[in-house]
Amino acid sequence: MTRVSIKVDGVDYEDDVEPRTLLVHHLRESLGKVGTVVGCDTSNCGACTVLMSDADGHQQGVKSCAVLAVQAADREITTIEGLSGPDNTLHPVQRAFHEAHGLQCGFCTPGMIMAAVDLLRENSDPSEQEIREGLEGNLCRCTGYQNIVRAVRAASEEIRHGRAEAEPAPPSQLAGEDQTPDSGLPRQSVPDETIPQPVP
Amino acid sequence: MIPPSFDYAAPTTVDEAVGVLAEAGEDAKVIAGGQSLIPLLRMRFAAPSTLVDLGGIASLREVRDDGDALVIGAMVTHAAVLRDPLVNEHLPLLVSATETVADRQVRHRGTFAGSLAHADPAGDLPAVALVLGASMEIAGPGGRRVVPASEFFVDYLTSAVAADEVLVSVRVPKQGAWVGSYQKFNRVAQGWALVGVAAMVRRENGSIAEARVGLTNMASTPLRATATEQALAGADSREAIGAAAARVAEGTNPSDDLLGSADYRRHLAGVLTKRAVAGLV
Repeated sequence: MTRVSIKVDGVDYEDDVEPRTLLVHHLRESLGKVGTVVGCDTSNCGACTVLMSDADGHQQGVKSCAVLAVQAADREITTIEGLSGPDNTLHPVQRAFHEAHGLQCGFCTPGMIMAAVDLLRENSDPSEQEIREGLEGNLCRCTGYQNIVRAVRAASEEIRHGRAEAEPAPPSQLAGEDQTPDSGLPRQSVPDETIPQPVP
Repeated sequence: MIPPSFDYAAPTTVDEAVGVLAEAGEDAKVIAGGQSLIPLLRMRFAAPSTLVDLGGIASLREVRDDGDALVIGAMVTHAAVLRDPLVNEHLPLLVSATETVADRQVRHRGTFAGSLAHADPAGDLPAVALVLGASMEIAGPGGRRVVPASEFFVDYLTSAVAADEVLVSVRVPKQGAWVGSYQKFNRVAQGWALVGVAAMVRRENGSIAEARVGLTNMASTPLRATATEQALAGADSREAIGAAAARVAEGTNPSDDLLGSADYRRHLAGVLTKRAVAGLV
């Protein structure tokens, strides 16, 4: 076991993890961040995309099934659960996916939205082509991508016209470790036998 | 799937990493960005006893100007290559090839040096390193040694880096008067290159004075198309370039599988070579 401290959606967590634990499994199974999903388990689909700070502190999109939890030590992570603002106001990208119907089954949506947030931070006015290339690490098997591209265009316009912030909202007042399931299940209150353990 | 169990070490200097590797024995494995290794661990194609993570060695994240070359540290990610002003100024071929590597998320974590050490013949950057004349600095128990790219790629997924060694940095000569192009063909956006061609030329008086052509996925290692390179010297027309490109598959041994037959890949290599070189003159 290795002790790691990771800040996830504005809350510091300190846990003992097995070195082989993937970041996505740590987020879901230890911290209760089940908004981040495992899609393909081969690093292709991007459904598990979260933002993770690099060594210089800049957050960027990564596939959390291709990062070990120990590699995320002392880094800051934003998951789909940390995007909304106080009172659960949707992030502009979330709102745009809702309004443009950028999903059907919804399984790829958490990763798709996080990848779009990452793209819009680097390029606030992407063309359709740039959106398609920027999201090439995310697969959607339902929509054919048309409404996803429209949603990202709409979000970029909203962000540029100053109606909304491109940055993830600061953690809401309610997102304390004890208060809402959004911030993850506090580890100490969960009986160990209910936490899925990796199969050796 | 969940990777097999392993011990984990996070050294903060290269010497410390070499020490950990020596102690851990030959089943230890170095991890940089992990974008190739972690999927292999998950599929249980790799089962190292110890993972030695280079992520904590700050000195490996630097790109340094070394006169006629840039020295790119082992932990410089593809994303860092793309935004680095020195690389953009002196190695535009590396920038344009790196833009085609995998996807944004993978480029944020994966490293230039890691993709060379992984030595996947379908990887884009080994062929680019070959034509750029890169050389690799490797640290091991006996000290440091330098291996040119032409001797670095030994076989399928096998580079010159031994089990007890660490690839520290890649020295890449500045392009200077050479212009370059990387062309690859893949079936879907995320797919590996079915074939890739890295071409560089130096022009003089309207014709090609010298050329270098490197091939991705045309054998178990990346390789230079020497017959085409020689035929390109002095080429001054599209016809001459086409004739030179037609010889690109000489000496290659492409695989024959569900993604494409060997004949198809040989044909594709010619098409991509012509396209790459014609775009440079």
